[in-house]
Amino acid sequence: MPNFISIRRPTLFATGLALVVALAAAGCTPRPAGYPASEPFDPYEEENRRTHAFNRALDKNLVGPAGKGYSGFIPDDVENMVGRFAFNLSIPGAVVNNILQGNMKGATEDTYRFLVNTTIGLGGLFDTASELNMPQATDADFGQTLHVWGVREGAYVELPLLGPSTERAAAGKIVDLFTNPLTYVLDEPENYYGTIATGVTGLSDRGRYADTIDSILYDSADSYAQARSLYIQNRRFKLGGGSGGAFEDPYDAEPGTPLEDPYDE
Amino acid sequence: MNDISRRFLIGAGAAATLLPAAATPAFALTEARARGLIDQVVADINRVIASGKSTGAMIRDFERIFARYADVNIIARSTLGADSRRASSGQMRAFTAAFQGYIARKYGKRFREFIGGQITVTGVRQVKSWHEVRSTVKLRGKSPFTVLFLVSDRSGRDLFFDMVIEGVSLRLSERTEIGAMLDRNGGNIDALIADVQRAG
Repeated sequence: MPNFISIRRPTLFATGLALVVALAAAGCTPRPAGYPASEPFDPYEEENRRTHAFNRALDKNLVGPAGKGYSGFIPDDVENMVGRFAFNLSIPGAVVNNILQGNMKGATEDTYRFLVNTTIGLGGLFDTASELNMPQATDADFGQTLHVWGVREGAYVELPLLGPSTERAAAGKIVDLFTNPLTYVLDEPENYYGTIATGVTGLSDRGRYADTIDSILYDSADSYAQARSLYIQNRRFKLGGGSGGAFEDPYDAEPGTPLEDPYDE
Repeated sequence: MNDISRRFLIGAGAAATLLPAAATPAFALTEARARGLIDQVVADINRVIASGKSTGAMIRDFERIFARYADVNIIARSTLGADSRRASSGQMRAFTAAFQGYIARKYGKRFREFIGGQITVTGVRQVKSWHEVRSTVKLRGKSPFTVLFLVSDRSGRDLFFDMVIEGVSLRLSERTEIGAMLDRNGGNIDALIADVQRAG
C-alpha cells in the first residue's frame, strides 16, 4: 500500500477496512439456490419500497426543484467546472481502489490524469487529460473492489437519499468515505471541498438530467421496479468492464415455455 | 437443422414478399452485414439529430427508423414475456402496433437532447447467437457513452432486437415497465393495450 495513505490515522483506516470487508462478506445475503439470475434478488422489497416512497417525496418536494433551480440559474460552464473539480478530487480514491484490485494500469492512468488536471487543468477545473486523449478515468470504487475480491452482490437495497444500491455496493460506499487519501492529507476546511463539490454536482445532475430522472420517477408504471432494473443493469455493466454478453437470446424458447416464432402466423 | 432450414424458408419468403429490394439470402449473419445494418441506423439517426426538427417530427422519424431496422415483433413479444403465450394473435398484433407507437413517443421525444451530438459505430463482434455492434455517443458537454445494438437474422432478416445504453437494455427495461402496466390492469391484456396506446 502506498505511503501517502498512512500519513494520518493509519490504524483507523486499516481497522475500518478490515471490519467492513468482514461485514460485507458475511452480510451480503446469498441468493437461494436456483434463483433465476435474470430476476432481481430483492428479499427486502417491502422496506425498500417504503424508502423509495420517502426518496420520491424528497425529490418531489426538495431535491428536484432545487436541482432544476440550481441548474437553471448557474451557467452551464460553471456547472461543468464544479463537476470536473469534484470528479478530480475523487480520483485519488479511485487510484487506491485500483491498487487494492491489483489494477496497476488503471492506477497509473488515473494518477497521470489527476496530476495533469490538477496542474495544467488548474486544480481540476478543466479536464485537460480528456482533451489530450489520455485514457478514460476508471472511476473505481470500493464496491467494485469487493466484487474483484469475490464478495457476492447481495440483496438489492434502496438507501435513503442515495437511492438504488446492493448490499455490496452500500458497504463499498461506507469504505469509500475513508479510501480517499486527500481526506488525510488536506487540513480542514479544504478536506471538505470535494464532498461539498460532489453534493453540488449531484444537485446539478438532478437539474441537467431532469427529463430522464422525471421519466423514471414520475412517468413509470412502477418507478421502484424501473429504478431497480436500471440500477442493477448499469452496475453490472460497470463491474463487468463494459461487456454485454449477459443477455438471453429472445428468439430462443424460454425454459419450459415455448416461444412461438412471430413469423409463423 | 430442420429448424434452421424452416426458418430460412419462412424468412426468405417473408423478405421476398415484404421487402423485395432488401431481400438478401438470410443464412449466416456476418460481422460486415451486422455492422452495415447499424451503419444505416446510425446514419439515419444522425440525420434526424442534425435536422433540428420539432419534437413531433422527430418522433415520427424515430418511429420510421425503429419500424424499419428493429424487429418490433420480437421486442414487443419479449417485453410481454410469458404473458404473450395467453394472448390471441389479434391481441399480439394490437399490442405490437401500440408498443411501436409507445416506444417512438417515449424515446423520440428525447431526441432533442441529442441535437448537436454524434453517434459513431466503433466495432462489431459475435456474442452467442447474435452480433453486437458497438457505438459511441458523444453529446455536448458530456462524457461519451457506449450504445450496443444487438443484431440477429433469426427473424429471416437482419434486424436489431435490442439497444443497450451503458449496460441498460431497452428490451429488459421495457419488460419491467410493461409488466408493471399489466399488473396495474389486473392482468387484462386488452386493458394493457389501451394503456400502452396512451403511454409514452
